[in-house]
Amino acid sequence: MNRINNLFKKKNGKILSVYFTAGYPDLDDTLTIIRELDRSGVDMVEIGMPFSDPVADGPVIQRSSEIALKNGMNINLLFNQLAKIREVTDMPLILMGYINPVFRYGMENFLEKCNETGIDGTIIPDLPPDVYMESYEPLYVKHDIINVFLVTPQSSVERIKYLDQISKGFIYVVSTAKTTGGINSFNQSHTDYFRKLDNLKLKSPRLVGFGISDRTTYNQVCEYSDGAIIGSAFIRSLEGTGSLPENINRFIQTIR
Amino acid sequence: MNKTFISDSKGYYGQYGGAYIPEMLRENVESLRAVYYDIIESEEFKKEFSMLLTDYAGRPSPLFFAGRLSNKYGAKIYLKREDLNHTGSHKINNTIGQILLAKKMGKKRIIAETGAGQHGAATATVCALMGMECVVYMGELDMARQEPNVKRMEMLGASVVPATCGNKTLKDATNEALRDWICNPENTFYIIGSVVGPHPYPDLVTKFQSVISEELLSQLMAKEGTEDPDYIIACVGGGSNAAGIFYKYIDRKKVKLIGVEAAGKGVETDETAATITVGETGIIHGSKTLLMQNEDGQITEPYSISAGLDYPGVGPLHAWLAGTGRASYLNATDNEALDAAYELTRLEGIIPALESAHALAALGKLKLKPADIVVVNISGRGDKDMQAYANANR
Ligand SMILES: Cc1ncc(COP(=O)(O)O)c(C=O)c1O
Repeated sequence: MNRINNLFKKKNGKILSVYFTAGYPDLDDTLTIIRELDRSGVDMVEIGMPFSDPVADGPVIQRSSEIALKNGMNINLLFNQLAKIREVTDMPLILMGYINPVFRYGMENFLEKCNETGIDGTIIPDLPPDVYMESYEPLYVKHDIINVFLVTPQSSVERIKYLDQISKGFIYVVSTAKTTGGINSFNQSHTDYFRKLDNLKLKSPRLVGFGISDRTTYNQVCEYSDGAIIGSAFIRSLEGTGSLPENINRFIQTIR
Repeated sequence: MNKTFISDSKGYYGQYGGAYIPEMLRENVESLRAVYYDIIESEEFKKEFSMLLTDYAGRPSPLFFAGRLSNKYGAKIYLKREDLNHTGSHKINNTIGQILLAKKMGKKRIIAETGAGQHGAATATVCALMGMECVVYMGELDMARQEPNVKRMEMLGASVVPATCGNKTLKDATNEALRDWICNPENTFYIIGSVVGPHPYPDLVTKFQSVISEELLSQLMAKEGTEDPDYIIACVGGGSNAAGIFYKYIDRKKVKLIGVEAAGKGVETDETAATITVGETGIIHGSKTLLMQNEDGQITEPYSISAGLDYPGVGPLHAWLAGTGRASYLNATDNEALDAAYELTRLEGIIPALESAHALAALGKLKLKPADIVVVNISGRGDKDMQAYANANR
């Protein structure tokens, strides 16, 4: 069974998934970050493949992506860094990035390499679900990789149900109409939306992302979903004064 | 506008086009896609659009026989004078169309990206006309090199927001506009300035700009007794003025369509914006098209002296026309464009925009015969470029 499905089967709620940009702060931090996230008790990791034009991202991830690219990160190098990752961790691992570099790498090559490396899923925001269904679903199935779909506060119920139906792992609930890192607290309209999704009784589990920055927001979204995804706030914490492992552990402890 | 669809229902021109957008933009784009065709084909819309093009923008734009330029190149050269439109370029055709669409959709706030500032100024203009809030994203570098247009937009009541990432040019401004749209999904209409972006933008911008070729048919008939010239030449940044003047001629195979991209310092250098010449297939700003990228699929920074052509992608229509061979794409360097601008100015008393100067620079690259009828689209006027022209000191 794919590790993503296994995680949701084993663990009931309060799942914590963390996003970081590969190649940031330094080119070779990838394994250290994954190892420390595992040690600090995180459940799943999203490894960001940096892109030159991250349209859905706010300033924090724009900047980490820019630095990662300057440091020399690319998909090939990332796969090399991850070659022995399954000796390091059993957590589900997801590659997250924009479609153009993946397209350039070649979707078939990319999924084959994911499978070989022990990657479990992808999140590619600008790969539209209809294009995925038309062109890539069989390849994903063949390589046992799960593509994760996003829903937003603007998504219609019909759309949400469609995405739930084609989803093979979990649904990424975008908390708010913002780019990443653009909000740090939730109000009534956010919780209404989280509750609405909860009441739809979808078959897929849901993780909420965008704007989870501390214990309060983490607990808030866990009330209505299966867990949370933290990105910008985590990346900001890497700039702390301690060593990389210290910064990571300190940050995760502020969440749970 | 006629019913010709040159893209399919999902916005593909052959393999190019589509709508590669994150889910956060889906409702925005989908709600536009669902209604745009019926709105722009309605009698009410056509009437209002046509009235504003005539009474406000000053259309039809003249077709001018450039006698001295014709002598120089040994062919009959006509200039389609989009520079004489209100706001000084073809961009107003599109912004009038899109703001009417925005109004019909009940949107209150308008955003736009701009390179040279011509699209930004044309957007700020129609926002003033319609009493709508207007936010224009513009690369910081472009704000410096096209300063008169920044002042114009501000006088028109727009806020001009600098894009400070990347090269601080058109691509970065477009990223910021898309981010704004993600953050303001309910009340905001994004007026894209060229035939780029996710479906339906390339199609609807092409349709709004097609008035250029629509007029050309009858203007040329009146002057030459034929609707069909031998050559049509237009500069290509995103490709909207070219799409507009090509549109009615795409099925008239004997008319040679020539797009001219900005070579910058030369297509063999890293400092170029000639996307069709040096680009490869990929996805930029929601569209599958040709784009300038490195072997890792990172979008590379373009360069051109002309802010309006300084873009690493190109509209999917042009990627398709290039791929099928229906249109040819040449390029002109900064210096060739400057020379061409001075030449037109001294021969005909018309100072063209730097963008349009690239189209003029192609005249010397074609093997023209005396009987050839050539139409060059003068997409805009050169007021905004006086600093660059003065520095060039020809
Ligand atoms: C006068 C003029 N011509 C051409 C362009 C390039 O745009 P497009 O290729 O969409 O016509 C611009 C863009 O700013 C412009 O201002």
